[in-house]
Amino acid sequence: MTDTTKTDFNRAGEAKAGTASTSGAAAVLTDIRLWSAIGIVVLLILPHYVYPVMIAKVLCFALFAAAFNLLLGFAGLLSFGHAAFFGMSAYVTGYCLQSLGFTAELGILAGTAAGALLGLAMGLLAIRRQGIYFAMITLALAQMVYFVALQAPFTGGEDGLQGVPRRDLFGIIDMSSNMNVYYLVLGVFCIGLFIVYRTVHSPFGQVLKSIRENEPRAISLGYDADRYKLMAFVLSAALSGLAGSTKVMVFQLASLTDIQWQMSGEVVLMAVLGGIGTMVGPLVGATIIITLQNELAQIGSVSTIVQGAVFVFCVLAFRRGIVGEIKHRWTTWRGRS
Amino acid sequence: MTDTLLQTKNLQAWYGESHILHGIEFSVPKGQIVTLLGRNGAGKTTTLRSIMGLVKNRTGSVVHEGTETIKLASNQIAKRGIAYCPEERGIFSSLNVKENLQLPPVIADGGMSEERVYELFPILKTRGNSQGTKLSGGEQQMLAIARILRTGAQLLLLDEPTEGLAPVIVQQIGEIIKRLKDEGFTILLVEQNFRFAERMGDVHYVIEHGEVVDRFERAEIANNREKITGYLGV
Amino acid sequence: MDFLGVPFPVFAGQLLIGLINGAFYAVLSLGLALIFGLLNIVNFAHGALYMVGAFVAFLLLDILGIGYWPALLLSPIIVGLFGMVIERFLLRPIADLDHLYGLLLTFGLALLIEGFFRQMYGVSGETYAIPSILQGGFNLGFMFLPTYRAWVIVAAIIVCGATWFLIEQTRLGATMRAAVENADLVRAFGVNVPLLVTLTYGLGVALAAFAGVLAAPIYSVNPLMGSNIIIVVFAIVVIGGLGSIKGAIISGFLLGLCEGLTRVYYPEASNIVIFVVMAIVLVVRPAGLFGKTA
Ligand SMILES: Nc1ncnc2c1ncn2[C@@H]1O[C@H](COP(=O)(O)OP(=O)(O)O)[C@@H](O)[C@H]1O
Ligand SMILES: [Mg+2]
Repeated sequence: MTDTTKTDFNRAGEAKAGTASTSGAAAVLTDIRLWSAIGIVVLLILPHYVYPVMIAKVLCFALFAAAFNLLLGFAGLLSFGHAAFFGMSAYVTGYCLQSLGFTAELGILAGTAAGALLGLAMGLLAIRRQGIYFAMITLALAQMVYFVALQAPFTGGEDGLQGVPRRDLFGIIDMSSNMNVYYLVLGVFCIGLFIVYRTVHSPFGQVLKSIRENEPRAISLGYDADRYKLMAFVLSAALSGLAGSTKVMVFQLASLTDIQWQMSGEVVLMAVLGGIGTMVGPLVGATIIITLQNELAQIGSVSTIVQGAVFVFCVLAFRRGIVGEIKHRWTTWRGRS
Repeated sequence: MTDTLLQTKNLQAWYGESHILHGIEFSVPKGQIVTLLGRNGAGKTTTLRSIMGLVKNRTGSVVHEGTETIKLASNQIAKRGIAYCPEERGIFSSLNVKENLQLPPVIADGGMSEERVYELFPILKTRGNSQGTKLSGGEQQMLAIARILRTGAQLLLLDEPTEGLAPVIVQQIGEIIKRLKDEGFTILLVEQNFRFAERMGDVHYVIEHGEVVDRFERAEIANNREKITGYLGV
Repeated sequence: MDFLGVPFPVFAGQLLIGLINGAFYAVLSLGLALIFGLLNIVNFAHGALYMVGAFVAFLLLDILGIGYWPALLLSPIIVGLFGMVIERFLLRPIADLDHLYGLLLTFGLALLIEGFFRQMYGVSGETYAIPSILQGGFNLGFMFLPTYRAWVIVAAIIVCGATWFLIEQTRLGATMRAAVENADLVRAFGVNVPLLVTLTYGLGVALAAFAGVLAAPIYSVNPLMGSNIIIVVFAIVVIGGLGSIKGAIISGFLLGLCEGLTRVYYPEASNIVIFVVMAIVLVVRPAGLFGKTA
């Protein structure tokens, strides 16, 4: 009834597929394998120059944001409750390492499984509504998880789980040094991002995309849209859990901060700032937000104010996000020359 | 020569990427009934919506009483004295009949009083408290016309007021439209129902694929009947 | 005297607290529903503006010596005007985009506003005295009813009723309802719909501020007072559906009561019971209690 010049939320950051034809130097510049290799080499060397715990933190949050982005950027679902998975997995990993004596990899696996299960439960409820309702429901359910964490016996209440031991990886590889933990995190990050990449570029990812673009049509083509959305939700929750679990190895701490709604907001901001629907965006967004928080940590609530302002600015004037904007400029520039 | 109340020149309009109107040109003399005829999808509704400013993406010229309105927002256009009765009537389901009737604000003196409106449409008076969309199709159409008579607007845009209605009701609506003309209203009538339109209109424009392809005065109809029915595919 | 297994005064006392919470939920979800109707966005900043309402009352008293009763009117007006500025300059530019952007933008605003007040006033909160004529209370025989709490319930009912009257029984309300259905057509009748939208946002936000002033003497005036309540109100809105004014009011009060009852029988679950109800409603009746099934 009105002319629909609406911008599709989910396509905001996405460069047009197929516009970058493979030819000459440009092909090299857009080759994902080349860039991944460069990125990994940089990340391998970086901890010798920058405090490894700091980069490890960034990588954990980058994975968290990538998991969130998988849901928003590729399935079109805006969750405001991802802290529940991140935080709950952190608690479970912390508990397994501290009280059950799990080795590092088993602790992380247990946390990830917890994230996936919680994702299944929340997803089953949340996918029953769409759009803003989906966002509100995930937020509310996550708040419920928060209250459970506040009262449950194994989370340490207000104190959280402190001094979680960094158990050996596979029972043999020593994890006590920051450097070793860093390389563990880097490994987890690479695996996680690879999973996201493969998911997006798989037939499953294609179906998600078509559901996002036109759900009734996808259903009429015979796809069970709800099942696909649920699978995407669970996968995203599991990867968020993986990020939360890994974070416990870095900081030896699982606390209410990880599971509060503010954390859900932060991951949204990282994804939006970096570029919704891009591969590298979450990493860029996480780097900026974490750096910002570190720089502003001393001056009261300034960090919250700045984050709020960045949010408002991004929505008003910078909807593609940093990586999305670069990609967009690049493709239009390519198109012209 | 009579005064021209409304004139469009090279009116173009788009919905998203699709170019719908390709330069519509016609004029509406004061006090007359002008019809826009054309098949389904020809662009008649889009023309009215463009005049009302409801299609955002539009270019060209729409001059109302000597003033260019192409750049105005639709509420400003309405305020100039143009009233719109949309296709499918646009009765609000969350408003009762009385509220529907009183919804359009008065924009100038000289509109009909509520009593006069009820005189023309006695049926509406008894149904004041029913939900607007509970009325029959014919009653809803009457309500849609009735509610724009109070406002003081002198130019009425009616989009297919006979669509889907029984012949008796069509007859009644025809009589009302004629009375409105006699009272001095200028009417731009969109129709697919040519037999109805030919009884109403002083001038007829035929629209095809977003362009005006022909124009007939009332007197020219008799000699061009076949041509016109050909345009309309009836 | 026992009632359903608990001493009656305890039962009645918790029910009263439930009713008071319900009053706040009702006024807040009413504002959300108004805004949602015309703007199609969920106003994440609603909780923050509720907090600002309380702070404005506190500052009026602290700086200008203006007391509770004028503040009850002034604070909603001030916050309402602030909201209209927000709508005009931040929300209108994104009105044609996907509505999730509105959610994100108002979330950012909530962070911005709460961060600002935290920076200025810390997190400990400021006290706001109960106005003198509302101090004290009544002895009802079975329990003590503080006057101020009774007033909160009455005031909330009055405001909800007045809003309902405005929307359902006046010409302005009819125009708003029509604009919810088909804004374009209402605009083509000559109504300045963008202005109407701005006013509606202002009104919704003013309701939040009114709730904030009501809350000021009960809870401490605290920069964080809005952030937790708004999530509960979101759950209520999912339960009731955003489509109806009546639905928002009724579900607000009902869920407040429900929370109160839980505090009597199973206190550990009192702060999650509304979320549990939401989950059940999603399973049984996904469109919400007052929503139309798609
Ligand atoms: N909201 C819309 N979005 C896209 N295309 C539209 C829209 N409304 C109408 N159209 C297209 O514009 C053309 C003209 O439609 P319309 O003006 O309604 O024709 P008419 O009123 O003559 O039947 C048709 O091809 C129709 O499909
Ligand atoms: Mg039409």
